[in-house]
Amino acid sequence: METLSFHYPEALLPVARRAQVGVVGSGDLEILLEPSGPGGARVMVSTAVEGHGEVWRAVLDRFFSRYQGAVAIEINDNGATPGVVALRLAQAVERLTP
Amino acid sequence: MNEPLPDENVHRRWLARASFVELNARDRARALLDPGTFRELLGPFDRVRSPWLPPQGIVAQSDDGTVIARGRLAGSAALVIAIEGAFQGGSIGEVGAAKIAAALDLALTDCQRGRLIYPVLILETGGVRLQEANLGLAGVAEIHAALLALRAHVPVVAVVAGLIGCFGGMAIAAGLCSWVIATRQGRLGLNGPEVIEEEAGLAEFDARDRQLVWSVTGGASRRASGFVDELVEDDCEPIAKMIGRAWARGVPRIHASERVAPMQHLVASLGAQGIIDPNAIRTALGDRSIP
Repeated sequence: METLSFHYPEALLPVARRAQVGVVGSGDLEILLEPSGPGGARVMVSTAVEGHGEVWRAVLDRFFSRYQGAVAIEINDNGATPGVVALRLAQAVERLTP
Repeated sequence: MNEPLPDENVHRRWLARASFVELNARDRARALLDPGTFRELLGPFDRVRSPWLPPQGIVAQSDDGTVIARGRLAGSAALVIAIEGAFQGGSIGEVGAAKIAAALDLALTDCQRGRLIYPVLILETGGVRLQEANLGLAGVAEIHAALLALRAHVPVVAVVAGLIGCFGGMAIAAGLCSWVIATRQGRLGLNGPEVIEEEAGLAEFDARDRQLVWSVTGGASRRASGFVDELVEDDCEPIAKMIGRAWARGVPRIHASERVAPMQHLVASLGAQGIIDPNAIRTALGDRSIP
């Protein structure tokens, strides 16, 4: 198990709601997304698979290149592939809009 | 005689159905409750999770795989307890067990004050979480005690939808419920197939043989042998309706788990010699139907 954290200071658009998607099942992950305090977006990742920090950075960099919400994201991962992570992130953002 | 070919409407009905089995625990609770009434207690953002899994290198889920929801089902005040089978096989740890037992206790307090809360447990679980050992066992015992207290006041319904099924200490919990509903995909048994195979050998039980596993533990077989009261299609609306019908039947005069002597007699009559095939079990247990 490994814990990683990321910070995106430029993601400053205010967010009013929160969303939870996914399950910590095999090859899947849980995402909790909620408004963050000042200072942009923060991501905390707990993952069962060690040694893939660069892949997580790449997936999250791509996500925040298109999404500017000031969110605190908690990810609890059980070996999801980058594609699944990207889809779950998109699903979480989708849930923010009523 | 050959059965007539299904007409077009059968296909249309099949395609129009909303699968309950395919939903995760939270979406199952939401699907059962009347629209707009779902309200979660100790939800994911409360982050009451297992303190025991991360030290063992296992990522914890924010709700410990247990969803507790209040709302209304067919107009009645309802408590839905749904276990997430995809997280650690739906295993019951300290936190999940405490959430379930506390929710049942709160429902009991309400019922004692004359305010009936109708409980339903969506059981998708292999039983006690081995990583939490005695704490999980103690928690499951608390769930049993809470069920026994609550079922005197209000009918407690269990749903075994699948695909994990319901095994171990939580199968005992299902056995303590007033009414048990299952789908064909659901499985119910004290020891899981893999456990029996590991403990007693391949000759005793081949856990890879799906036909054998479902012929013994599957929903249809358990219905035929009286351990399940109602068999339902994997479709959200009929399942919700069946839960409502089970509640409407009220508290059984005698709960299935109170019929000890007939079961002892039956077990003695089966004997322990040789392999008992699933059909023999159905035939022997078939008379134990619940009125």
